[in-house]
Amino acid sequence: MVENKNIFGIKAFSIYYGDFMAVKNITLDIEASKITAIIGPSGCGKSTLLRALNRMNDLILSSWVEGEVLFQGVNIYQKDTDVIELRRRVGMVFQKPNPFPSSVYENVAYGPKIRGIKKKSQLDEIVENALVRADLWKEVKDKLNESGLSLSGGQMQRLCIARSLAQEPEVILFDEPTSALDPISTANIENLLQELQKTVTIIIVTHNMQQAARISNYTVFMYLGELIEFGDTDTIFVNPQNKLTEEYITGRFG
Amino acid sequence: MIQSSQNNRIPFELVRKKRFNLKQGFFLSLVRAFGFSGALTLFVILFFVAYNGISILSWEFVTQPPIEAMTKGGIFPVIVGTILLTTLCMIVVIPIGVTTAIFLSEYSKPGLLLNMVMMSIYTLAGVPSVVFGLFGLAVFVVAFNFGMSLFAGSLTLAIMVLPYIISTSEEAIKAVPYSFKEASLASGATKWQTIRKIILPTAMPGILTGAILGTAKVSGETAPIMFTAAAFFTPGVPRSLLEPVMALPYHIYVLATAGTHIEETRSIQYGTALTLIILVLGMNFLGIILRARQRKKRAW
Repeated sequence: MVENKNIFGIKAFSIYYGDFMAVKNITLDIEASKITAIIGPSGCGKSTLLRALNRMNDLILSSWVEGEVLFQGVNIYQKDTDVIELRRRVGMVFQKPNPFPSSVYENVAYGPKIRGIKKKSQLDEIVENALVRADLWKEVKDKLNESGLSLSGGQMQRLCIARSLAQEPEVILFDEPTSALDPISTANIENLLQELQKTVTIIIVTHNMQQAARISNYTVFMYLGELIEFGDTDTIFVNPQNKLTEEYITGRFG
Repeated sequence: MIQSSQNNRIPFELVRKKRFNLKQGFFLSLVRAFGFSGALTLFVILFFVAYNGISILSWEFVTQPPIEAMTKGGIFPVIVGTILLTTLCMIVVIPIGVTTAIFLSEYSKPGLLLNMVMMSIYTLAGVPSVVFGLFGLAVFVVAFNFGMSLFAGSLTLAIMVLPYIISTSEEAIKAVPYSFKEASLASGATKWQTIRKIILPTAMPGILTGAILGTAKVSGETAPIMFTAAAFFTPGVPRSLLEPVMALPYHIYVLATAGTHIEETRSIQYGTALTLIILVLGMNFLGIILRARQRKKRAW
């Protein structure tokens, strides 16, 4: 059972954009059913690392990697990886809420539909279930046919979370999910993440140190592409081992 | 707040002064004059054609075939010919153009191949239309043995308008926000599913607008159909793809230059020109309305 505790095993992993080394030789284990926060100043490679975990970096033609990322023991960078299945099991929510220009229902049903689920009753159930889990059902149950783009910013972001949940993912990657939202919407999302953590592993990149301290179990601090410190969130924030970490979390740079 | 409002006069320096700036005034009138002259030219032409052609325009004119060596009667087969040519042309060119645009914007990687394709498209866009006519004559009419026909003419027009359809479709596809694509791929969609379910539907209004404006462009072309499709006279509408057709622009050309009754048919010439202009303007308006509606609807 000890092996199953870690859902991701990142081993001597580096990411390059052309000649530029954006993420430098990182080794890190990510525990299942926990919230792991990645913090660090702008340009430290935290988003790049996050996007490597479901191979969204593949979209950038000049990017290439060294080392391994094991997802449940399987290296996702081996040649015959089914990237589509990987992205279904490792979902992603982005910085700016990005619902499709279609109805609330269609947004959530998108993933299941392309996976081949056609039965209306089954889709209805998936959509409702995902919206309930994303804490949005009560607000949108009467406007499932309205455009996803007509919702408020916080609702749109929860819609994006529901869209991801509809795929029954094991992990959801959050790339600064609240940086475009107001404080109340941010608090809603933070509560939601803590609720979701019971069923889904969450890895979140955030600029907001208080957010990392509030919601995460583990914190990774990155600086200039390197992993500086990784550990229990409490330890990192109360008793950081590295001087750089301490300077960053006390706000002396960043 | 209300009590103090009397003291809250706009500070003197911020009150707009009326001053006459000679240089600015001069350039403003220059820009206005040029802008106005462009619009004026268009209206003079429109008025001239309308003034000369309006008298002959009637229900009979657009629903009857020409009679008595085309000196009397209407232009029904001519209108039908132009509609058939442009419709067929669009049926051929839209799939090819949109597919090419998808390739260029989604699949091609920077390099020699892409440069060559882009270069060909730009060059194609700059080729004079009569060259397309000669190409159509050599390839479709002679080599493929379609003869002077609706089919050969439509294919020739399709090749001529292809660069335009490609570039408007490519623009429409590139205007789809990157975040939609990202969201789709992160939901476990393949590239093709993303294109089919997200990118194409989002880009469709833009693609359609391009197609409508392309249709308007094509319907007024004379040179490409002159050697490939257009007939001096046909008694009725074509019954097969391999028959020649009459077409509005060519009909004007024929009546105005090649007939034996050039003076007698002046009003028919103007009437035909007016019909063509109304057709093109109508399509342009449709395109503009579509584009405006799509801009208004766009919420991202």
